Amino acid sequence: MSNVVAEIRDPLILGDRTIHDITVDVARSVEGKANKWWFIVFAIAVSAATWGVCCILYTVGVGIGSWGVNKTVGWAWDITNFVWWIGIGHAGTLISAVLLLFRQRWRMAINRSAEAMTIFAVMMAGLFPILHMGRPWLAYFNLPLPNQLGSLWVNFNSPLVWDVFAITTYLTVSIVFWYLGLIPDLAMIRDRARVRGNAMYDKVYSLLSFGWSGRARDWSRFEEVSLVLAGLATPLVFSVHSIVSMDFAAGIVPGWHTTIFPPYFVLGALFSGFAMVLTLTLTMRKVMNLENYITIRHVESMNYIIILTGSLVGTAYITELFMSWYSGVEYEQYAFINRATGPYWWAYMCMMTCNVVTPQLFWIKSIRNSFTASFVIAFFVNIGMWFERFVIIVTSLHRDYLPSSWTMFHPTFIDVGLFVGTIGIFFTLFLLFARVFPVIAQAETKSILKLAGSQYMNGAAAPAPPKEDVVEEKEEEPTEDNADDESAENDKEDE
Amino acid sequence: MYDDDVKLLDGVKALRASEIHIVDVYSPYPVHGLDTAMGLPRTRLAICAFIYAMTGLAAAATMMWYMMIVDWPMNIGGKPSFSFIQNLPSFVPILFEASVFCAAHGIVITFLLRSWVLPGVSNKNPDPRTTDDLHLLELNLNDKEASEALKILENSGAKEINEK
Repeated sequence: MSNVVAEIRDPLILGDRTIHDITVDVARSVEGKANKWWFIVFAIAVSAATWGVCCILYTVGVGIGSWGVNKTVGWAWDITNFVWWIGIGHAGTLISAVLLLFRQRWRMAINRSAEAMTIFAVMMAGLFPILHMGRPWLAYFNLPLPNQLGSLWVNFNSPLVWDVFAITTYLTVSIVFWYLGLIPDLAMIRDRARVRGNAMYDKVYSLLSFGWSGRARDWSRFEEVSLVLAGLATPLVFSVHSIVSMDFAAGIVPGWHTTIFPPYFVLGALFSGFAMVLTLTLTMRKVMNLENYITIRHVESMNYIIILTGSLVGTAYITELFMSWYSGVEYEQYAFINRATGPYWWAYMCMMTCNVVTPQLFWIKSIRNSFTASFVIAFFVNIGMWFERFVIIVTSLHRDYLPSSWTMFHPTFIDVGLFVGTIGIFFTLFLLFARVFPVIAQAETKSILKLAGSQYMNGAAAPAPPKEDVVEEKEEEPTEDNADDESAENDKEDE
Repeated sequence: MYDDDVKLLDGVKALRASEIHIVDVYSPYPVHGLDTAMGLPRTRLAICAFIYAMTGLAAAATMMWYMMIVDWPMNIGGKPSFSFIQNLPSFVPILFEASVFCAAHGIVITFLLRSWVLPGVSNKNPDPRTTDDLHLLELNLNDKEASEALKILENSGAKEINEK
């Protein structure tokens, strides 16, 4: 049972925090003033976002002729960015859903920010297919709505329509999951505002916290809902990127038409998602003074996942190469030879180096236990994963079946602006989020304090060995259902 | 008012053992085992989620059957377009997404309505510290029970006892 904490486990909450300290630490970022670093990063993000918004407006006004796409390379940076962002959006739900099901305690410090990251990343992702339509105001054509064309419906056999449904479901479910977790934390801010007599905060957070009171019944339902949502979100995460990969796999373009795509894309998504979570949490740790909550243990755990998914992605690359040779199809074989040695060889090398080679450095303990090294490697992974999508999309398309239409892709100013701009919008939203909402899931963190707080684990307050008590109490509870109630009941009594 | 969840659980159990009705407990974080200690029935929200998922599945299946098979069958590369069963494999993704969509939103809306946690509702916790670090145990006592309850609460290590 998970309530047994091995002695070799390091504490996840440092600095001998009490429950009240957690409240104060978490509330500080909402109530206090932002520090200098926040304003600097915010200013950069807003300027990038402004460039992005201008480019979006220009694209909408003029059309996608303003991009570098042409007749041969019809999908380029836009779809690369789309897949990149949606991949990044996978780690949030993985952390909060899959790690919840596996009862990993280290998720608690980072799940809130990872979920926020997911939502913003999926929003950025959704922008690109809509812009790519050329007439974004007709985006509702994607929905199965009755129309004047004799009710010509969308084609439900098409992966592009699956995509619309998958991303809509993923975005809305992620938002709901994230906000549900926020409700008790917003209630905490509300009650603090009431004590301090700050009427504006009181009013705003009363509205936001939906009148949460923390009654025992509510908590028990809350936990059940979280568990069910986690159970629903887990297959959802895997389905979304599988469906995205089918946009490619269902096509007949050499280099796309492979059955390995769904697992390969999902792994790549988790890989890039965790890299982005690392980038964000390491930044946030410094900017918001959360050193006691986001510790080297959290970073190391994330590094383990990066090395695992990174190695699997590397395996997928090599499998792909092998399969193209083994298939005996000369178009397939050419597509892969062209990737590695053709005009885009540098993109392929960049992808291989950043995704396959750099994460292997995490085998070295001192590197995976270093904040700086983790930050740098995560940055490389972010770049590498962008190039992976670029390689898949552009190098497969630019040499199509008809050599007379072979061409190259050159991004325009607008292409660059859209990419940089979405990064800017993403960081703007994230920084605003960090100032308005509690960035650490404080209610959950409080519930693990006795299991993972440094003062409890280092023997400062020696935990009593109450094994007999647990047995006694269990006998008193007639309604207990051991199989279903997970391990939860005894979590606390064991201390 | 308790500052420790273990003490709170002890108090709740002792009160239940002497058959004193507990009106409610307000906590800053979920206390595991509190619902069983208080004798709360297990929530049926998970069953609701299943029903919502089945509803979503049925709705999506009906929609795609009507649109793709009945109303406007499309000839896509000569593939069968008049048979739901033969088209079913390519309907699976949307069937799945629709089930998840309905189940997830359904369960959350049900939870919010059932617990009456909605925008504009004012909170009911009697003390603002219950969202910080204190657990509050609310009892509604007659004179006969009061002294016994007081003793139990003191024995279990309550930090603060207020009468209203």
